[in-house]
Amino acid sequence: MRNLVIGGALVGLVVVAALLSFVWTPFDPVKVDAAHRLLGFGGANLFGTDKFGRDVLSQIMVGARTTLYVGVVAVGIAAVIGTPLGVLAGMSPRWLGEFVMRVNDLVLAFPALLLAIMFGAVFGADTLTAMVAIGIATIPSFARIARSGTLQVMSTEFVLAARAGGRSRLTIAVRHVLPNISGLLIVQASVSFAIAVLAEAALSFLGFGTRPPTPSWGRMLQESQELLTVHPRLALVPGIAIAVAVLGFNLLGDGLRDRLDPRLAAKV
Amino acid sequence: MTLSVRGLSVNELVRDVSFEIGAGERVGLIGESGSGKSLTALAIMGLLPEELRAAGSVRLDDRELLGMSEKDMSGLRGDELAMVFQEPMTALNPAMRVGRQVTEPGRIHGRRRSAEELLDAVGLPGTARAYPHQLSGGQRQRVVLAMALANHPALLICDEPTTALDVTVQAQILSLIRTSLPPESALLFITHDLAVVASVCERVLVMLDGEIVEAGSTREVLTQPKHAYTRKLLDASDLEARR
Amino acid sequence: MTARVLRRVAIFVVSVLVASIVVFLFMAVLPGDPAQVALGVNATPELLAKTRAEFGIDRPLVTQYFDWISHVLSGDFGRSYVTREAIGPQLLDRLGVTLWLVGAGMLVALVIAVPAGTFAAVKHRKAAGAGVSGLSQIGVAIPAFLAGIILVQIFAVQLRWLPSGGWTPPNQDAGEFVRGLVLPALSLGLVQGAVLTRYVRSAVLDTLGQDYLRTARSKGLRPGQALVRHGLRNASVPVVTVLGLQLATLLIGAVVVERVFVLPGLGSMLLDAVASRDLLTVQGIVLVLVVGVLLVNFVVDVLYTVLDPRLRGS
Repeated sequence: MRNLVIGGALVGLVVVAALLSFVWTPFDPVKVDAAHRLLGFGGANLFGTDKFGRDVLSQIMVGARTTLYVGVVAVGIAAVIGTPLGVLAGMSPRWLGEFVMRVNDLVLAFPALLLAIMFGAVFGADTLTAMVAIGIATIPSFARIARSGTLQVMSTEFVLAARAGGRSRLTIAVRHVLPNISGLLIVQASVSFAIAVLAEAALSFLGFGTRPPTPSWGRMLQESQELLTVHPRLALVPGIAIAVAVLGFNLLGDGLRDRLDPRLAAKV
Repeated sequence: MTLSVRGLSVNELVRDVSFEIGAGERVGLIGESGSGKSLTALAIMGLLPEELRAAGSVRLDDRELLGMSEKDMSGLRGDELAMVFQEPMTALNPAMRVGRQVTEPGRIHGRRRSAEELLDAVGLPGTARAYPHQLSGGQRQRVVLAMALANHPALLICDEPTTALDVTVQAQILSLIRTSLPPESALLFITHDLAVVASVCERVLVMLDGEIVEAGSTREVLTQPKHAYTRKLLDASDLEARR
Repeated sequence: MTARVLRRVAIFVVSVLVASIVVFLFMAVLPGDPAQVALGVNATPELLAKTRAEFGIDRPLVTQYFDWISHVLSGDFGRSYVTREAIGPQLLDRLGVTLWLVGAGMLVALVIAVPAGTFAAVKHRKAAGAGVSGLSQIGVAIPAFLAGIILVQIFAVQLRWLPSGGWTPPNQDAGEFVRGLVLPALSLGLVQGAVLTRYVRSAVLDTLGQDYLRTARSKGLRPGQALVRHGLRNASVPVVTVLGLQLATLLIGAVVVERVFVLPGLGSMLLDAVASRDLLTVQGIVLVLVVGVLLVNFVVDVLYTVLDPRLRGS
């Protein structure tokens, strides 16, 4: 319960900042202002300004948008592809299920960062390649959780009854399996979202994510590196933003797990 | 040896339980699941789950077991006090060879005995190098029994030791308990099966909702039950016998 | 047992083969002409054709793949399209740096996670246990590169105890080597340690509730002894799974940490190769990293068999 509330609040904070940035930010987040470079905390610029005189708070707010955008698309790709694959693997004959899981393991050998760098090498890196790479790399987690959930549901009596009653596999998948594994999938989505946020930040930090001038937390950190000794604040603010988002989604995932599946809650 | 339990309570789950077991006595503790039998046993052993607290008095001769330090208590467990659990499938460490598990009580309490000797005594020669998953449920329960008997305990507590087993295996385990328990050892035998009580125990305690509602010799209790609940238990087991 | 291991070996070999095809196709089929990249936009068509022939990229894909993979298997990763130097020797050199970093990072993670996770599990009802769990939650949320930046700020810039970056080979100056490895290993290992702590906690917590632990105590073992003698080995089975996944994460996470600490590892080599569009080098490094991940998974699978006797039977 505590996890759910804290996680929800932290995620809420990021979402509100992102939504608010569409209609209002304290300053123009990308406006270079040489006269107001490297201002400290407080003052008109609450979190100060960076080396180009851009307002840090405004950048953080728009950066939240980037973070959520990448997370939603990446987790979306993973869920839309991974869930049917997992359900299929759980419902089909053993050999086919095994095959799907082997392919799954193979995809696992291409972690998000590596895939994104490969995409970047071939297509040139930007937000799109980052999202797609993170999404593809996240498919196996969804497929795996969907499969184990499906296997459980398939062995329950009401599914056996439905099968005995001659229901088609598709009907069983849609009517019985999906509703029953939705809890697992929601928890997985939240946890995957946290991982996606971390991956996006790392990619932007390496220059393989969102391109300038679009603000991104990872790139803010990367830009802060050269000024770290004099202005650690510039690293601290986006660093905390990333940590808040990741912690939020992780706690939300834990809280949802407690709420949706008391059996699992007892274990984890 | 005398185990004397006085006014034992475990939270609200066991209330004011008192009984005594002398050396060589075989006592049954019956009642349906949830009546507090297992908690009573665990309270005597000092193995209650962390969230539960025992109050009252449990004395082994002149030593008070409740509130005894963990160090002293672990010196008694596996030596003077031993226990056989209900579920043989999970009671053994899956990652350790049976031989090592059987000789462990000896190692802990400084009495070395060979695994072969201990396993022979329960009818399992040549299994010392096996892992638990390679044995059947009945065989595993024999291993557990061998561990419990390794140091000739003054009191052996058996908590539904045959419930999880097939009927034929049940009989084997029961007769093994009867024959291999040293005559001077006391036995507290927990079960919900009246036929088992009749074959093993000379005295019986009936437990209902955390309290002992009837006590007496097995013959007395099984033939002339005083408490309505005991009569109900008897009727239920009769029905089973007739089926 | 041998059947199981042989099956795993077969799966590993097939996976490596398929992965190498995927990596090859990815780099070969997708847009971009390496000859054009190497020569620049002003190259004449004749020169381009000649360079393509020199690179061997004018041949059918199947020929190219078998040529590449057979050379790779003998340790020859080809010559860089950009620098024209042999890729293999440099790759091996860089791999050494990355492995030191990953190994040290894993060590840090384990040294943190095993005691902290066990403590959190044993004391899970107490404030101290909850505190450790909470700390690990926060640790999970801190990216490795942020940890690196903070550590550099404290230990290199403020306290001046350790170098902020750079690499000294171990055979050149062992002391400097260790000093240089501390901060990168910490930034890589602290975060993974936090992740691992959560898994160790849940595995130990799971084990604490097992019947055989109660049996062990009924023999006269104290709680701590029972956990060490009977619990830890069983708890290690799920932890080893995660450890395998984590090693893979560390291998890739090293890419980022190498950038923060300017270490000449595989990751920085990869990033440089991507920056100069040196596709054959990228292809080689990606293959090595992917095979590394597969190898870890394979070893973990075999380790199961050792740790859990129940898997040996069938």
